Amino acid sequence: MLKSREDLKNRRSLYAKALESQTAKILVCAGTGCVAGGSLEIFDTLKAMIETRDIPCSIELEEEDNGDSVGLKKSGCHGFCEIGPLVRIEPQGWLYVKVKQEDCEEIIDQTILKGEHIERLAYRKNGDICKKQDEIPFYKKQTRHVLQHCGQIDATSINEYLALGGYSGLEKALFDMTGDEIIDEISESGLRGRGGGGFPVGRKWGQVKKQTEPQKYVVCNGDEGDPGAFMDRSIMEGDPHSVLEGMMIAGLSCGADQGYLYVRAEYPLAVSRLQTAIEQATELGLLGEQILGTDFSFYLHINQGAGAFVCGEGSALTASIEGKRGMPRVKPPRTVENGLFNKPTVLNNVETFANIPLIIRNGNDWYRSIGSERSPGTKAFALTGNIVNTGLIEVPMGTTLREVIFDIGGGMRDGGTFKGVQIGGPSGGCLTEKDLDLPLGFDSLKEAGAMIGSGGLVVMDDKTCMVEVARFFMNFTQNESCGKCVPCREGTKRMLGILERIVSGLGEEGDIELLLELADTVSATSLCGLGKTAALPVISTIENFRSEYEAHIREKRCPAGACSKLKRIEIDPELCRGCSKCTKVCPVTAISGKIKEPFVIDQEKCIKCGACIPTCPFQAISEV
Amino acid sequence: MSHKFDSYTIDEIIDEFGAQPSSVIAILQGVQEKHRYLPKEYFPHIAKRLGVSEASLYSVATFYENFSLEPKGKYVLKVCDGTACHVRKSIPILDRLRSELNLSEEKCTTDDLSFTLETVSCLGACGLAPVLTVNDKVYPAMTPDKASELLKQLKEGLVDA
Amino acid sequence: MENRNNIMIIDGMPVEINGEKNLLELIRKVNIKMPTFCYHSELSIYGACRMCVVENEWDEIEAACSTVPRAGMEIRTNTERLRKYRKNILELLLAHHCRDCTTCRNNGKCKLQDLAMRFGIDDVRFPNTAAEPDIDDSSVCITKDANKCILCGDCVRMCNEVQNVGAIDFAHRGSKMTISCAFERPIAESPCVGCGQCAAVCPTGAIIVKYDFHKIWEALDDKNTKVTAQIAPAVRVALGKELGVAPGENAMGKIVAVLHRMGFDEVYDTSTGADLTVLEESNEFLKRLGEGGHDIPLFSSCCPAWIQFCEKKYPELLPHVSTCRSPMQMFASVIHEQHKTSSRRHYHVAIMPCTAKKFEAVRPEFALDDKDPVDAVITTQELIQMIKESGIIFSEIEPEAVDMPFGSATGAGMIFGVTGGVTEAVLRRVSSDKSKTALAAITYQGVRGLEGIKEAVIPYGDETLRIAMVSGLGNASALIDRIKEGEHYDFVEVMACPGGCINGAGQPFASADAKEQRGDGLYAADKMCSTRRSEENMLVMDMYSGVLKNRVHDLLHTHYTARGE
Repeated sequence: MLKSREDLKNRRSLYAKALESQTAKILVCAGTGCVAGGSLEIFDTLKAMIETRDIPCSIELEEEDNGDSVGLKKSGCHGFCEIGPLVRIEPQGWLYVKVKQEDCEEIIDQTILKGEHIERLAYRKNGDICKKQDEIPFYKKQTRHVLQHCGQIDATSINEYLALGGYSGLEKALFDMTGDEIIDEISESGLRGRGGGGFPVGRKWGQVKKQTEPQKYVVCNGDEGDPGAFMDRSIMEGDPHSVLEGMMIAGLSCGADQGYLYVRAEYPLAVSRLQTAIEQATELGLLGEQILGTDFSFYLHINQGAGAFVCGEGSALTASIEGKRGMPRVKPPRTVENGLFNKPTVLNNVETFANIPLIIRNGNDWYRSIGSERSPGTKAFALTGNIVNTGLIEVPMGTTLREVIFDIGGGMRDGGTFKGVQIGGPSGGCLTEKDLDLPLGFDSLKEAGAMIGSGGLVVMDDKTCMVEVARFFMNFTQNESCGKCVPCREGTKRMLGILERIVSGLGEEGDIELLLELADTVSATSLCGLGKTAALPVISTIENFRSEYEAHIREKRCPAGACSKLKRIEIDPELCRGCSKCTKVCPVTAISGKIKEPFVIDQEKCIKCGACIPTCPFQAISEV
Repeated sequence: MSHKFDSYTIDEIIDEFGAQPSSVIAILQGVQEKHRYLPKEYFPHIAKRLGVSEASLYSVATFYENFSLEPKGKYVLKVCDGTACHVRKSIPILDRLRSELNLSEEKCTTDDLSFTLETVSCLGACGLAPVLTVNDKVYPAMTPDKASELLKQLKEGLVDA
Repeated sequence: MENRNNIMIIDGMPVEINGEKNLLELIRKVNIKMPTFCYHSELSIYGACRMCVVENEWDEIEAACSTVPRAGMEIRTNTERLRKYRKNILELLLAHHCRDCTTCRNNGKCKLQDLAMRFGIDDVRFPNTAAEPDIDDSSVCITKDANKCILCGDCVRMCNEVQNVGAIDFAHRGSKMTISCAFERPIAESPCVGCGQCAAVCPTGAIIVKYDFHKIWEALDDKNTKVTAQIAPAVRVALGKELGVAPGENAMGKIVAVLHRMGFDEVYDTSTGADLTVLEESNEFLKRLGEGGHDIPLFSSCCPAWIQFCEKKYPELLPHVSTCRSPMQMFASVIHEQHKTSSRRHYHVAIMPCTAKKFEAVRPEFALDDKDPVDAVITTQELIQMIKESGIIFSEIEPEAVDMPFGSATGAGMIFGVTGGVTEAVLRRVSSDKSKTALAAITYQGVRGLEGIKEAVIPYGDETLRIAMVSGLGNASALIDRIKEGEHYDFVEVMACPGGCINGAGQPFASADAKEQRGDGLYAADKMCSTRRSEENMLVMDMYSGVLKNRVHDLLHTHYTARGE
């Protein structure tokens, strides 16, 4: 139990020494992606091997390390899941990719015992071998501050977090700063909320602080619902203590003693890591009553979401914590005055809170030196879609889309050409070639008709149909609409209906205008952010790809060749020999015929999945 | 399938989270974790102890996607249809599984209660797209064929999920 | 308008802000008919219909219901953009709504229909997804048609916030959202108490009061049936503008006359029954006090929605509920006794402001000789409908007196229609000072006014009596909580509808002002009465030696039992 600043400092230096004295460290990535690839089995195998070989090893960072032990740890997500499972070797900083259980023996024998690099496990790009993470093009252009610990430290060890300077932000805030000074520091850093809105964080905290009501709350929005975004998940899994620390500093600044973490139910690993972190912090006395001997007390609770995207909206989220339907309410009163349980509430998202300790520790000048003037700092993005490197990245604000997509993302995959990028998920817009040199920032994107949202970047190539993309997002929003206000509930339903007609070849003249009219009404009159932004994908795809809409409506043709209802798969009776191979893969048994006679596809049944095409030995099946 | 009302377990769950209206979601999650769905026989008792109406409990239970008022299968398969998975062709996987399990958008659970098939809007495992989960275990980079194979193994009890 | 610090501009007009909670109130104050579906001053602000959108000085769109007026603010309420949005919202609502207006019960009273006309919606560009009715008519009080629902949530907030009944709530979400009982059960199997307040706030025909008047025409047409009626106090002051009657105007005489013209054989005043109730309830109260105060506080039992509420939600309080039947049932018992030996079939109609009375009438507890003493309960709305159907021009009708043998009622019975009335009538009875000044003094002890919870402390002998009067079931719950926490009351009067029977769900729609005038109308009628204490009703006193002799318990009392959910 740490009872004073001295206690904390002592513990920190103790563990920093212990960490330094480890001869080698093996960090097995235990993020959701690598776990799915079998990283936990790899961890267990390594552990068993180390034990049978009698190698001194510490799974948990111990106070006293003899200076000869090997640290074996589970780290958080590295963000480059598709080359996982990942194993990182320190102090060399080597990164082994696509590691299998069979590789464990070699890792122990070659790398740990002999200190030799295993070339075949390294990442290769165009024949070049990248030994270290920083040499990999995907990481080279990134600036990882918020994500710096993700993949580098044991995500389940508070000691390791402490050893690397953890909780020194809290320490500074607690002993050297007043509430107003904390808020001033955050205000001057220019930090804006990372959840999408970009509201100045310091101003929000200040508004909560000045409320006279004594009971205040800090709420962390970990309900990362945008399909295609997972930065908050990575932070919660990989560096949970940074979120806790950020929330505590927020509570300290404005006089709140209770914090709630609202986490999506789809993130069970994040929940368990946060739970562990809270238990550890409580045990050490960094959470609870009279922290480090001061009169600041802070308690944290975890609430799991139950499956509703709309709960990412502030008032819906607080309603959900209160045990109600997650339906947004009218404002005013605003959350800062009347939030959780009708008390003044600081509500920020995971990435925002994770920035706080860094700013307090390093000062606002440091923070403002990163990023752009109006959007300082870095931003994490989830880079997905038809590009070579998909994963989680962190870049300074002001980086251009071109750098993100072509340098970090490695350009388009499978030889496709770039067509557009959907930014900000279902509430964002679609940017095209002309926007590639746009610096990423809250205001610049808004001006371009898009938004950062929580930071999903879905890159699309020329085989992607933009009408279908609009339909996909509208389907999502429509499904996730809470149903409270008329324009969102009924308007998105009708917009979806029109889009569904268009992609199935039943579009009519006037549909585009009707879509735009509804889009205007829904955007202008909806109650909450979900509704207000629901039509953005439709508006921006019509603006940028109107001709694609027209081709669907007038010519019943999908220029990208993606809309399944507008294509037919047929068997050429001249070429078909009646071997029946195609029938075996058809998921809907749409193909029939007599052996040795030409087979036919029932177009009513066919779902145009195309599974049959490659199975035909005679190339008789094709899309027409 | 009717569920025998077991007030002892339910009271344990209620006591764990506290008998107040703000615990509704946590309590329902607790019940669902135990039974893999929300047996309606529990509702009057929960409502009474929490001092809320049964209608409002039902209201909360039907608002959130993760709550199920119908018994679910032994294996719950969730095909991710988040953006990343969608653009990497998650729908053919869903179609294949539906046809093999004889399920549809409306009917998600097999009659023998062995499989439930659902979609989920993002699992945050976009780097591995397309993914599906079986009782929360993530299976990365799926294809329709791999899904069929997984299903076969589940049916034969070769993998535990 | 000297103070520039509280001026804002609405459509170019300077308007003074005077503590209005939202822009909507202010806009309506300057005589602009701002359209809304989900705004009710007595309910919380929901902000879902988005019809009340306005444009501010930065061309931003805001909902007037949820925006606080600010000095210097400039808004426009009627621009091309706003008209387009409103029309689109109406069109979207109509696309998911039954559109058989001519056969809808709320034809002509529907806000959706009214606004669709106002905004000239002549085409709906989307396929209709709610053409078929989806009806729940399990309740004897109300009928619900989901396909006429626009999900404004007014009924949900009424049922939960104001009434604390919790019968209905939202279910599911998004475009699948509905308003439903738990597990989509029929209303009759829910905690619904039949107060009908949901129907009273429903802007469309999605929840309507069940109409039973058709069977009355049949009885009136039958020569072998004698049809009698009793008219509740609150009915006479609520006919309203549909029949050309001023709000709160007492039209009792005209109602009696019109019923006679329709063929009713005898028409009585439920106030006579109320006089019986006053006598019985006073006795019961004094008896309980005398017996060492067992089961004190005594709760009134006139209101059938309250009785159901208590049975379903607070069964432990049932011993505290007066055993007195309601005025309607007491009177019906007496009328039944009077007619039971007659050779002609007797058919008794109760005209009530209330939907819950429809349920009370069929309760087995009240059956006499295997028959419900009330054959049909119709609401004030239905009475108006009957008058319209009959073609009788109401304004031309000359008032007539109620019939004998029960044609006498006191002012005490008449004020039963307003919250505090039962209490005031009982106090007049139990007070030992029978002077006129004493009568006036009672009115100043906190029994009058439409507040939801009122209290009075009355000297009684050497002691004082603490009395509470609540209207609105949410208020009843709040008071019960206080009692359970140890607060002491001797007598509690409960009316389920806010303000009492004058605001019953069977009454025609009226503005808040008009509702208040109904109460004033009843107090005025009381003042005009020559007898104002129930024991001064000689006719009622005579009953005790006549029809009620040795039958008081059978005919005027009952026992309620818990209704487990």
